Amino acid sequence: MSNWPILSVLIWLPCAGAILVLLAGNARPRLARWLTMAFTVITFALSLVMLSEYQAGPGGFQLQEMARWIPGINSSYHLGVDGIAVALIVLTTFTSILVIGGAWQVIKDKVHQYMAAMLVLEGLLIGVFAVMDALLFYLFFEAILIPMFFLIGVWGGPRRVYATLKFFIYTFFGSIFFLIGLLYLYHKAGTFDLPTLWALPLTFKEQAWLFFSFLIAFAIKTPMVPVHTWLPDAHVEAPTGGSVILAAIMLKVGTYGFIRFSLPILPDASEYFAWLVIVLSLIAIIYIGYVALVQPDMKKLVAYSSIAHMGFVTLGLFIVYMLARQQHDVQMAELGVQGAVVQMISHGFVSGALFTCIGVMYDRLHTREIAAYGGLAKVMPWFAAFWVLFAMANCGLPFTSGFVGEFMVILSSFTANPWIALFAAYSLIIGAGYTLYLIKRIVWGTTPTKEAAAMPEINTREGLVLGAFAVAVLAMGVYPWPLMHLMDSSVSQLVTHLLTSKLG
Amino acid sequence: MISQTLLVVLAAAPLVGALIAGLGRKQVGRAGAAAIAIISVALSFALSCVVFYQLVWGGAPVFDGNVYTWLEVGKLTIGIGFLVDRLTAIMLVTVTFVSLMVHIYTIGYMRDDPGFQRFFAYIALFTFSMLMLVLANNFLQLFVGWELVGLVSYLLIGFWFERPTASAAALKAFIVNRVGDFGFILGIAAVLYAFHTLDYSTVFANADSLSGRTIEVVGGHPWSLATLICLLLFVGACGKSAQVPLHVWLPDSMEGPTPISALIHAATMVTAGIFMVARMSPLYEMSTTALSVVLIVGATTAFFMGLVGIVQNDIKRVIAYSTLSQLGYMVVALGVSAYAAGIFHLMTHAFFKALLFLGAGSVIVAMHHEQDMRYMGGLRKRMPITWITMWIGSLALVATPGFSGFYSKDQIIEAVGESHIFGATYAYWCVLLGVFVTSLYSFRLLYMTFHGKERFKVVHGAHDSHDHHQGMLAHAPKESPWVITVPLVLLAIPSVVIGWFTIKPLLYGGWFGDSIKVLPAHDVLAAMAHEFHGPWAMFLHSFISAPFWIAVAGFAVATYVYLFNPALADRAARMFLPVFKMLTRKYWVDEVYYNLFARGGIKLGRLFWKGTDVGVFDGAVNGAAFVTERSSRVLRRLQTGFLYHYAFVMIVGLVLLLGGLWYWGLR
Repeated sequence: MSNWPILSVLIWLPCAGAILVLLAGNARPRLARWLTMAFTVITFALSLVMLSEYQAGPGGFQLQEMARWIPGINSSYHLGVDGIAVALIVLTTFTSILVIGGAWQVIKDKVHQYMAAMLVLEGLLIGVFAVMDALLFYLFFEAILIPMFFLIGVWGGPRRVYATLKFFIYTFFGSIFFLIGLLYLYHKAGTFDLPTLWALPLTFKEQAWLFFSFLIAFAIKTPMVPVHTWLPDAHVEAPTGGSVILAAIMLKVGTYGFIRFSLPILPDASEYFAWLVIVLSLIAIIYIGYVALVQPDMKKLVAYSSIAHMGFVTLGLFIVYMLARQQHDVQMAELGVQGAVVQMISHGFVSGALFTCIGVMYDRLHTREIAAYGGLAKVMPWFAAFWVLFAMANCGLPFTSGFVGEFMVILSSFTANPWIALFAAYSLIIGAGYTLYLIKRIVWGTTPTKEAAAMPEINTREGLVLGAFAVAVLAMGVYPWPLMHLMDSSVSQLVTHLLTSKLG
Repeated sequence: MISQTLLVVLAAAPLVGALIAGLGRKQVGRAGAAAIAIISVALSFALSCVVFYQLVWGGAPVFDGNVYTWLEVGKLTIGIGFLVDRLTAIMLVTVTFVSLMVHIYTIGYMRDDPGFQRFFAYIALFTFSMLMLVLANNFLQLFVGWELVGLVSYLLIGFWFERPTASAAALKAFIVNRVGDFGFILGIAAVLYAFHTLDYSTVFANADSLSGRTIEVVGGHPWSLATLICLLLFVGACGKSAQVPLHVWLPDSMEGPTPISALIHAATMVTAGIFMVARMSPLYEMSTTALSVVLIVGATTAFFMGLVGIVQNDIKRVIAYSTLSQLGYMVVALGVSAYAAGIFHLMTHAFFKALLFLGAGSVIVAMHHEQDMRYMGGLRKRMPITWITMWIGSLALVATPGFSGFYSKDQIIEAVGESHIFGATYAYWCVLLGVFVTSLYSFRLLYMTFHGKERFKVVHGAHDSHDHHQGMLAHAPKESPWVITVPLVLLAIPSVVIGWFTIKPLLYGGWFGDSIKVLPAHDVLAAMAHEFHGPWAMFLHSFISAPFWIAVAGFAVATYVYLFNPALADRAARMFLPVFKMLTRKYWVDEVYYNLFARGGIKLGRLFWKGTDVGVFDGAVNGAAFVTERSSRVLRRLQTGFLYHYAFVMIVGLVLLLGGLWYWGLR
């Protein structure tokens, strides 16, 4: 079993599926749906096979595949995954099923195209997490924009043209700097192969320039303050499925970029400029929290909340230098990085679930205005229970996934500097503030209109989708050990790598 | 040996009960949900008794073991596990007993409520969460239980979610508790920083190593690490145990159904902060600064919140302020290192305060959900069991010699008198004067509710919920059914006798063993041990002690004012109007918080959103797009399509280029 190219299959199977689904045509939406579902389920099953084949104990990059691709510039088709990538790929395949399930009868127009776009997106996202070649990474990183562009542009809301253009140009703008940086690295190393780049010695000046060129790209993608404003607009106009994928997985591509490029290739510049990222992360946690508090639109509220939560990821990643290099506390550094990655996975589940919930409501009343809703606990008690659960996960209640990563990052940041922990922990208050203030208005209270009082309870399909999210959120909160065990060696290897200076 | 399986069953039974009662709505039905929740909690209570027996009489050693590994990063592992020593055991029995009583009582109290099943699911879930908190053997699990009880408290305060006041109170409770947890999690982070582990056993064993260690949070000012840890953890205790300045949520929590006011907001959850500090005694002993802060905060709460209780008219709110005040007494005990006395008062208070709340609930049911005491009066003939048990609870609360509250509270006052740490004098006056205040509001409540003239009218045909006029009842108030009165009686018994039986072992018998640690220099209870000659001697001695006569004075004033001369109260209120207003407005704390944090937060959010986010950050983006578009419009004009234009530009360019080359070339 171990010799077959499972990563390639994971990447290209959904893409092949997309072609089949397109062939099903517009006239047969049922076929398109079931075909898509079959492909996502098979892909998920295969990702579980990959999970079982990956040996967490030794860690490192496994299941590697290598093929000649563009020998002229020493760029090869090099795949391989470590524990972090495995976790993110499983998150992708799992969420994809739920997105397809969530869109089942909601998307009525051009079903086959929608489903095909989703499948392509899934394959490309797996690709981003599975590649070990910088140029290939860049290709996947950029190619993601295309299906997303269509998802928002075709099935989006009334201001979709503005939102898609903004989303596309904004993120594309950042990527250009990334590409320039990559070209410089190629010029130095003569190859795009990541392991070579990780080992490449660079002067501080080179690292500093490259650091900022990477930072622009990844900060926009993550997104970090102040380059986050495309996200609320994109979410508001995106269809539910697009929002779920965007929040649950696409945002992780940015922070994954930090893990694969900025931290290991530019450790010395990253150390030097860590304070900048830390400050921006803390601003994201507090400042964006206040912005979320006053949003009248549910989707914008959750979008802003996503930015705040991604602040924990960047924070956990960049305190590593203070801990490992300056205080020689490798243990705490690993706790911080591990916390950041756990937060990435958890945010995938929680934000995906929240956007699905909003979608369920939008399907009924066709508005995202908070003021249009109320008293869900009476009208849709099961749905209300899901809302409260996911809201609690969003404000980091223990025994939900949202707690684990935040807890780890706050704990380790205290050792880095108590002030960082102080500002990060403020999320306990402001996060609960904006999330439960939303719950107070939509779940509790009375129904504001007759339409809101007549909303039907969630059906079996919606219940299954939300139930799957709920199981993931709870399982990861009650027993996060398996996930940590999966990534522990990889995180430890990353931190060890960061300890060595590349200036020499 | 205490078996781990037994502990798992003990903790998990209420969780299973909650899940079945909550999720199996149709399958188990109303009666089924109640039965399953009660059986699960009864099982927990029975097993708690077994554990208590094994530990205290069976010679079983302290249990400390992990059930499973929750977190593992490098060498750091944090588990979900149990620590069962005597401190745990006494909490287990108290929590599960009160919980069981409240479960039974709920059958009667919530009988007609459509949310009956949901309620049982919540309170069983609460019991599970509280057990997790109490059983924890590490700081992570403590925090897990700590937050989960907060969640259930939130859900239960907002139980009648259609009432705007209920959902607002729930939100407020959660946020204020989160302010506490904000400090608490930083405290846990500080513990990890200091000890590199979160396991109680290792942390407590190495607590001495904190001595002399400092941390520089503000440059150039080394702070004692022990003080920092203890103060941060205490912020959490202030939130959960509703101490000033985080007390504001507890009075509002009375929006929840009365059984949970008894269980969560009086007997168990709010005492989590007291339990936590007692559990952390090895750490708190390392910092007298922290102990002084604890002492002063507790004393302030004990006296000043009690005062507010005097002017409340809502029967539940009187008891709520009383709870704040009594929690203050417990915190005072912790502050003077009399942890055992704090836990002792926690236990006696759990019984008599649960009794008072459930009694108030019985009154409220009889009064068709009227809670204003100004429309009650004379109920003693109509509901004698409630009347007598409420008297018993109140007598215990005001520390009548012989009652349970007497033994616990008197010892706290004496312990403060013995203490010499900073703030002890202030605290002593607070707790001493607090006795008068307690007595005054307690007897006021009894007189206004059960004695004097009936101030309500029975109007047949009036409907409760709709044409609700205050003081108008559709049916005459009558005694509650047995499911309500039996718990009252069962709680009244320990309210009377438990102090008599347990004071000697708990306070002077070294009963807690290693679970509570006190430095000899702080050990006020050891000093008091010389004067302790048994509960009977203490009972006799009380009649020549100050607290007793202060309580009698409160009784006398209450009796004169509220039983014989009711008009006097109004006159006094008018005479001391500023003071009266200050108390009815609760020192304006709510107003300040509301304007500063709630409205201020919204205003700040608007400013950030419209000002910075849309204005600056997005403005820059759209501005860039705008400039690009405009400049391309201008540039587009260059593309005129006329050949001679292009030719002209080319010639000018060529001339400039050649000219430039010539010029630079010459140099």
